[in-house]
Amino acid sequence: MQDGGVWLDPATREALALSLKVALWSTLCALPPAVGVALLLARVRFPGRALLNGVVHLPLVLPPVATGYLLLMLFGRRGPVGGWLEETFGLVLAFRWTGAALAAAVMAFPLMVRAIRLAIEAVDPKLEAAAATLGAPRWAVFGLVTLPLILPGVLAGAVLGFARAMGEFGATITFVSSIPGETRTLPAAIYALLQSPGGEDAALVLVAISVAVSMAALLVSEALASRVARRIGAG
Amino acid sequence: MGLSVDIRHDFGGPGGFSLDARFDAPPGVTALFGRSGSGKTTVVNAVAGLLAPREGRIALDGEVLFDAACGPRLAPHRRRLGYVFQEARLFPHLSLRANLAFGAWFAPGRAAPGEFDRVVEMLGIGPLLDRRPGALSGGEKQRAAIGRALLSRPRMLLMDEPLAALDEARKAEILPYLERLRDAAGVPILYVSHAMAEVARLATTVVAMEAGRVARAGPAAEVLSDLEAAPALGLRDAGALLPGVVAAHHADGLTEVEVSGGRLLLPRMRAAPGTRLRIRIAAQEVILSRTRPEGLSALNILAGEVVGLRVGEGGGALVQLRVGEDLLLARITRRSAAALEIAPGAACWCVVKSVAVARTDVGRATG
Repeated sequence: MQDGGVWLDPATREALALSLKVALWSTLCALPPAVGVALLLARVRFPGRALLNGVVHLPLVLPPVATGYLLLMLFGRRGPVGGWLEETFGLVLAFRWTGAALAAAVMAFPLMVRAIRLAIEAVDPKLEAAAATLGAPRWAVFGLVTLPLILPGVLAGAVLGFARAMGEFGATITFVSSIPGETRTLPAAIYALLQSPGGEDAALVLVAISVAVSMAALLVSEALASRVARRIGAG
Repeated sequence: MGLSVDIRHDFGGPGGFSLDARFDAPPGVTALFGRSGSGKTTVVNAVAGLLAPREGRIALDGEVLFDAACGPRLAPHRRRLGYVFQEARLFPHLSLRANLAFGAWFAPGRAAPGEFDRVVEMLGIGPLLDRRPGALSGGEKQRAAIGRALLSRPRMLLMDEPLAALDEARKAEILPYLERLRDAAGVPILYVSHAMAEVARLATTVVAMEAGRVARAGPAAEVLSDLEAAPALGLRDAGALLPGVVAAHHADGLTEVEVSGGRLLLPRMRAAPGTRLRIRIAAQEVILSRTRPEGLSALNILAGEVVGLRVGEGGGALVQLRVGEDLLLARITRRSAAALEIAPGAACWCVVKSVAVARTDVGRATG
């Protein structure tokens, strides 16, 4: 299996492509709600704020296996949400790559919210008040002032979330198992290789790929953040 | 017409104070004057809609902006009031051009052709348009903030100590722009300040605030020469406004100005003969004499008649005099007041040194 060079190994490429797809979709889908929740937590005082904060951060402290099992109960084909999704939209999450994306998104969500919330709290509300006095309605204040100012934080949160999604293992394997080509992401593939005799070499290649992808994500996030920070400059 | 404010608001916490402000701001520049903490900014924020007072009503040109009891509570962006803050508050992520355009984006109707260029030229910020706020000086930022507010085509400009963060040179640079704004743009201005020099230079109406209340309100010349308002305005800053017309420039570096009570010789100023001015004469720079003084170095000696006297708790006294058709204030000691037998009706000569009138004390009169 390894004689033709591991780069061409279809299983490896499959796992890498799947991981990228899962991480990309989970990041894209989780980002807007993460901005919304961060805004809510940073700016609005409402009853149940502490509870929302707790729920958002739960995946950070809960054993990933527990999170995965909860997802399975809720979003499985016989779960309350999963059943409804299948009936209404024909969308099945359990044991599909979409389920892997959901698991990755849930695990990455608290990291995104934290990064974005920090950025929101750093925005001077006086600038938003100034925009309002210039006649800008709320949506315009958000789009033209708040969002550009928190963009570095949003990007940092997105990249952080992407890296976290790339590495998600526990919740994913519990919720959607490790089906080659469907839900066997990089970490699941590494785990599977290590379980089989003689799989160490192939696992090492996958580990190297993981390191490279994670490193690249971090560098990109740093570069983006500093570029935006430079553009905004000291106000 | 104009702005009408009648609001009450409480600030909780220890040392919290209550605000009870009632005044009208006719067209022109209305200065909200008072010490820090007298509630000036609270009033302006309430007018702008950034703060909802507990009780009361705010109306502009007959339209109710806010009525705590039953009426509307217009959101800030619906009030169309241009607010110039003390710290400029330019958007750091936008160029100066985009900052200026921001106001215009949401202004109703079409911009008059050339409006942008006219405002940019009036404020002298043309060469800075492509810079970001981070690369501007304090004075440049403040001028840009004024331009941004103007381009939103506001029904009224609110200015909260727009010069407070600047040094004297920058203030002197911006004050003429504000005068031009008052006289040329025709937009009414509510101007918050605790600097008497700015108020004396710009205001057509003065609202003196003290501890959350309006101590005195009225036309600028009337309030600034009022004996009872003086403590609220600050005795050290007391001084009357004299309207005058430039009569001639003399070769020895003096400018002759005609006032209702005679002629004043003042340090040379750049204003064509015929220009109408308003000159602030600080009360503590005025010397009183019962007989016409002779052999004095002071060039300005005006005949006046004592109208009122306010004896302070310390050693000072404030004298109000009629000079021609206008009122002048003089701050002297109680001892001198007694020695000179200063009382209403007494004839007095008012002595003012030319050099005691600084260039910043002389502004252009409206209209």
